[in-house]
Amino acid sequence: MIEFPGQIIYWAVIVMMMAGFYIVIAQGNLVKKIVGLNVFQVSVFLLYITMGKVSGGTAPILADGFDVYSNPLPHVLILTAIVVGVATTSLGLALVVRINEEYGTIEDDEILKQESDA
Amino acid sequence: MIIGDHLIVLQIIIPLMAAPLCVFIRNPHFTWALATFVSWICLAISITLIQQVMASGDIVYELGGWAAPWGIEYRVDMLNAWVLVIVTCVGAVVTPYAKLSAEKEIDHDRLYIFYAMLLLCETGLLGITVTGDAFNLFVFLEISSLSTYVLISMGKDRRGLTAAYRYLIVGTLGATLYIIGVGLLYMQTGSLNIADLAKLIPAVADSRTVQAAMAFMTVGLCIKLALFPLHMWLPNAYAFAPSVVTVFLAATATKVGVYALVRVIFTIFGGVDLLESLQIRDIIVAMAIVAMFAGSAVAIYQTNIKRMLAYSSLAQIGYMILGLSMNSVMGVSASLVHLFNHAMTKGGLFMVMGCVVYRISSAKLDDMAGLGKQMPMTMGAFVLGGLSLIGVPLTVGFVSKWALIQAALEKGWWPVVALIVISSLMAVVYIWRVVEVVYFKAAPEGRTRHKEAPLMMIIPMLIMICTAYYFGINGVTTMNIAGQAAEALIGGLK
Repeated sequence: MIEFPGQIIYWAVIVMMMAGFYIVIAQGNLVKKIVGLNVFQVSVFLLYITMGKVSGGTAPILADGFDVYSNPLPHVLILTAIVVGVATTSLGLALVVRINEEYGTIEDDEILKQESDA
Repeated sequence: MIIGDHLIVLQIIIPLMAAPLCVFIRNPHFTWALATFVSWICLAISITLIQQVMASGDIVYELGGWAAPWGIEYRVDMLNAWVLVIVTCVGAVVTPYAKLSAEKEIDHDRLYIFYAMLLLCETGLLGITVTGDAFNLFVFLEISSLSTYVLISMGKDRRGLTAAYRYLIVGTLGATLYIIGVGLLYMQTGSLNIADLAKLIPAVADSRTVQAAMAFMTVGLCIKLALFPLHMWLPNAYAFAPSVVTVFLAATATKVGVYALVRVIFTIFGGVDLLESLQIRDIIVAMAIVAMFAGSAVAIYQTNIKRMLAYSSLAQIGYMILGLSMNSVMGVSASLVHLFNHAMTKGGLFMVMGCVVYRISSAKLDDMAGLGKQMPMTMGAFVLGGLSLIGVPLTVGFVSKWALIQAALEKGWWPVVALIVISSLMAVVYIWRVVEVVYFKAAPEGRTRHKEAPLMMIIPMLIMICTAYYFGINGVTTMNIAGQAAEALIGGLK
C-alpha cells in the first residue's frame, strides 16, 4: 500500500526539481535560466540531505546517551556538489555578462535574431 | 619502485597541479612549454599503465590508503587503460599544435588561461576514466565540463559565448541527472564504489529506485556524449570554439562520455542486464540509427566546414552507441575500437580546419575555393581523413565499420547492416562537396595567394592522419585491445 503523502520532503524535492527544470526551459532571460538551474540543483541537494537522515538520529559524534546517528556521508557528498554548483553559477553569470557586452541583450530570442541576421 | 606504484594518481595530479602553475607563470611561451611537457608525461604514464595491465591484470590504487568500499579507489583495467591512451595521445599531439593556432584565435593576454583550462580539461577527462567511484566520477565530469565551457567561449567569434552558455545549461542538467542516479543507487545499496555497486545491485534490481537510477544516469551521460536527440549543444560549440579546442574536444570529450556510459551499463548494471529487462535497448538502437542518418543528412547542407564535421561527429557517435546496444562482445569491441579510430580521424580533420582557419581566417566552404593548390599538404590530409570517415579500406574507419557490420550480422540484424552502409555513403556526399570546391573550383580573382600552413601545425596533423592509416592497415593491435576490454565487460554480465 502506498501511503499518501508518504515522506513529504520527497514530494517537495520533486516539485522543486520540476519547477527549476520548467524555468530553465520556459524562460528566455539568460539570468533567469541560471536561477532555474540553481533551483533544480538545490532540489538534488535536498534529496541527498534527506536520505542521510535517520529518524531520531543525531550528528555522528560519539557521546554518552546517544546511539542513533544520521549518515554523514550524503551530507559530505552534497557539500562537494554545492561547491560545483557555485562554480557553475558564477561561470554561467560571467558568460551572461560577456554575452551582454557583445550582443547588448540577455534575452534569448533577441540573441537568436542577431545570430540569424549575421 | 615507489613512483611506479603511484602512476595512476600521478596521471591526475600532474596536469591538475600544472594548471594553476600556468596561471602563475602567465608567459604564453612558458605556459605552452609546460602544457606540452605535462601532456607528454601523461602519455608516457598511460602507455606504461596499459603495458602493466596487459602484463599483470587490473591495477587498483587506494587513495590515502583507505580500503575500497569506504575510501575512493582508482581502478585501471583494459578498458580504462585504453581510454587513457586515447585521451593522452590526443593531448600530446594537440598541445604542440595549439601554440600557433591559439595565438591566432585567442587574445594574447588570455593565452595562459587557455593552457590552464586545457590541462584542467585533460585532468577531468582522465579522472573520469581512472576513477572507481561513482560520485568521484561526477566531480571529474564537472571539472572537465566547467573547463570546457571556458575553452569554448575563448574564441574571437561572439557566437562562441552563446554556444558555451547553452552547453553550460544543458551540461549542468546532464551532470545533475547523473548525481540523482548516483544518489538513488546510494539509497538502495549504501555504496558508491563502482565495483562494489556491481556486486550489490543484482539483489535489489527489481526495485523501482534502481531502475530510476539507471534511467537518470543513462540520460545524464547521453547529454554529455551528445546522443541524438540530446545533441543540440554540440554543433555550435564545435563550430564557434577556437579550432584547437574543437580538435581536443571532438577527439576526447565525447569518447570519455561513451566510456562513462559503458561503465554504467556494463559494470554498474552489468549483473542485471536492465537494457534487456526494461527494453531500453530498442530505444537506444533507434536513437543511434536516427543519429547516424540525421547527423550525416544535416552535415550535407552545412556551409561552415567545422559545423559540418561536428554534425558528422553526431553520426559517428551513433555508430558507437549502436555497437554498445548490441550487448555482444563483437558489438562492444567494435564501438570501443571506434573510440580510438574516430578520435584519430576527426582529430586530424579538425586539425586540417585549424590550419585552414589559421591561413584564411574562415571555415566557410566558399572561402576555401582553390585551396587544394595553395595548401596541398593540408588539403591532402583532409582527403585522407575524409576517406577514413567514409570507411574506405586501409583506413581505421574501415576497421571499425567492418567490425560493427560483423557484429550486426552475428545478431542477424540485416536491416541494420544496410543502414550502416547507406549512412556511410552519405559521408561520401559531404566529403565530396568539400573536395570539389577545394580542388576543382578556381580561387576567386584578385584574392591573395595563401601559403601552406606552418610546419608546427602540419606535423601534428600528419601524425594524426598517419596513425589513422597505420592502424587501418594494421588493425590487429587495436582490435585485440578492444576485444579484450569488451570480453572483460561482457564477462561481467554472466
